[in-house]
Amino acid sequence: MDDSAIIEIRGLCKRFPIGNKQFTALSEVNLTIEKGEFCGLIGPSGSGKTTLLNIIGSLDVPTEGSAIVLGQSILQLTHFQASQLRNKSLGFIFQTYNLLPVYTVYENVEFPLLLLKTPAAKRRKMVLAALEAVDLADKAKSKPAQLSGGESQRVAIARAMVKDPAIVLADEPTANLDAKNSHRILQTMVKLNRDLNTTFIFASHDEKVIGYLRRQISLDDGKVVSDLKIDTPLHSAALAAKDTRMSK
Amino acid sequence: MIVFLIKGLLRDRSRSLFPVITVTIGVMLTVFLHAWLKGEMGDIARSNANFTTGHVRIMSRAYAENKSQIPNDLALLGVEDLLGQLRLQYPDLQWVKRIRFGGLLDVPDSRGETSTQGPAIGLAIDLLSEESSEVQTLNIEASLVRGQLPSMSGEVLVSDEFAEKLKLQPGGTLTLIGSTMHGSMAMQNFVMAGTVKFGINAMDRGAFLADITDIQQTLDMDDGAGEILGYFQDGIYHDSLSLKIEEDFNRQYTHSGDEYAPVMFALRNQDGLGEYLDLANYISFIAASIFVGAMSIVLWNVGLIGSLRRYGEMGLRLAIGEDKRHVYGSVIIESLIIGIIGSVFGTLLGLAVAYYFQVHGLDIGSMVKNSSMMMSNIIRAEITPVTFIIGFIPGILSTLLGAALAGLGIYKRSTAQLFKELET
Ligand SMILES: Nc1ncnc2c1ncn2[C@@H]1O[C@H](COP(=O)(O)OP(=O)(O)OP(=O)(O)O)[C@@H](O)[C@H]1O
Ligand SMILES: [Mg+2]
Repeated sequence: MDDSAIIEIRGLCKRFPIGNKQFTALSEVNLTIEKGEFCGLIGPSGSGKTTLLNIIGSLDVPTEGSAIVLGQSILQLTHFQASQLRNKSLGFIFQTYNLLPVYTVYENVEFPLLLLKTPAAKRRKMVLAALEAVDLADKAKSKPAQLSGGESQRVAIARAMVKDPAIVLADEPTANLDAKNSHRILQTMVKLNRDLNTTFIFASHDEKVIGYLRRQISLDDGKVVSDLKIDTPLHSAALAAKDTRMSK
Repeated sequence: MIVFLIKGLLRDRSRSLFPVITVTIGVMLTVFLHAWLKGEMGDIARSNANFTTGHVRIMSRAYAENKSQIPNDLALLGVEDLLGQLRLQYPDLQWVKRIRFGGLLDVPDSRGETSTQGPAIGLAIDLLSEESSEVQTLNIEASLVRGQLPSMSGEVLVSDEFAEKLKLQPGGTLTLIGSTMHGSMAMQNFVMAGTVKFGINAMDRGAFLADITDIQQTLDMDDGAGEILGYFQDGIYHDSLSLKIEEDFNRQYTHSGDEYAPVMFALRNQDGLGEYLDLANYISFIAASIFVGAMSIVLWNVGLIGSLRRYGEMGLRLAIGEDKRHVYGSVIIESLIIGIIGSVFGTLLGLAVAYYFQVHGLDIGSMVKNSSMMMSNIIRAEITPVTFIIGFIPGILSTLLGAALAGLGIYKRSTAQLFKELET
């Protein structure tokens, strides 16, 4: 196994029972993802993107084959070990931002650190830094209901990033955002990927997202049909930097 | 973390306020109901014990068989010996002798001729001796309306209502006309020291309280008494203990063929009080159970709705890396917090209402006007140590149960499933 590979998927199948039949959502998937990649699972609706992302995120288990994430086999993890893996090393970003409505922006971002039992002083520093990184330090005391969609998704990014995870999994992060906000959060993620070398894995069929990817893994009907390295993505980081300045 | 949970609870009213209010109301009802039943049932048992049955009562066999007729010709004799023996044998109880009797009270005018007359319900107790507990047992001091307690032989108390009917003032003279133990006519003059009102219709219509030594003389019952009553020293009726004592005492006389041999009855075995005590316990138990059941269902639903609404939140927390057990635990802790807060408020409110009815009572005098039941005219709630804790059982149990059942949904669903629900 390659040292820099943080995700190794071999012969993975996922079947769901539907009535007394089995529905195959993923079949014979082989995939290696290395540290620091900015890649995406792309493909039409129902092609198995979310299913694969959930398995990588230890929220679901393979029916066949193996998925090794950060050296741990998803199939062999207990519930507790899986939660430990998610807690320490994985960050999730969802289509619907899923902020806890009763808590402030600050508290939402703080939550993963509470689970990690990070000491208070350190926690405060980390939360403020994460909010700074997504340009939302001034909204720390706001409630989710008071934020725009773009702002909410940036809070979700801060929440995923605050513990400095090895991998961030983003399922359709732009689906509820307009073009301007989509670019903005994607640029934020490109920047975090560059600065912290965090691995990003997207699941999306949004052209805007695809335009930022440096690796496009296409799924169709549960199979990997192509796997392309993109040396110069459509939207480069330089462009991203300029856009950020312009939008201010 | 706990601070984080509490913050969430406080901010989300549907998660805190509504359940807390539900618990509070339920617990309040339980606490009040308990105090009320305790007061009502306790009062009936206590009134009966104090005035009639004692915690245990000894009569002669023959007397016991006809006790409703108060057959003093069948009374116990050699009472002092028997009392001495009882005090030695059962020092946990206080032993007193009493004579019940009927008779006519006759109030003479200045010429010595009858001016008014009325039938009396007579009760002779140890009114005068220093160590007597009877004044306290019958709560005579507090029941005094006019005049004072008898302080010497020949002084008696009459129920206030009766005295008024007889147009008798404290210090006035009256004549008791009755029959002796042997069937001849008895007549004796007494001075009414004061009047009393017990708040029990059966007594207040015609009570006549005299010292037992006077009555023994009047009725020619030397060293005799209709009944001997035993009271536990702590003033509380102990059901199983009194039954044991009853059995133990009666065993001594099983082989005696004497129809005047003494026989003991525990409170439970008199006047249907046993059924009454059992009923009281059943009612409290059933009321509490129904309540726990109903509250659990209500709170379970509240919990379910709350949790369903929160499956998204749960899914998210699981995705962020919270352990299932931890999420479940936090649901339980939340319910505990709600249960405890609701129980505390409910208990305080319930106690407040119960306290009001303990002090002021509810006058049911008109309802029991003609009742001969030993029952106070004013029903009062009674706050006991149990009142303080009883509400916590349904309060905490139901929230806990509700949350535990609702929270099972977290376990039944796979992580990915919860996660899906989060997406929709
Ligand atoms: N729990 C499940 N039970 C049964 N079938 C499922 C389950 N989860 C997913 N599927 C099926 O597996 C297939 C792949 O689903 P998946 O959610 O991975 O698609 P996707 O590529 O993410 O689609 P989209 O772009 O619409 O999000 C779908 O046909 C879906 O119906
Ligand atoms: Mg999907």
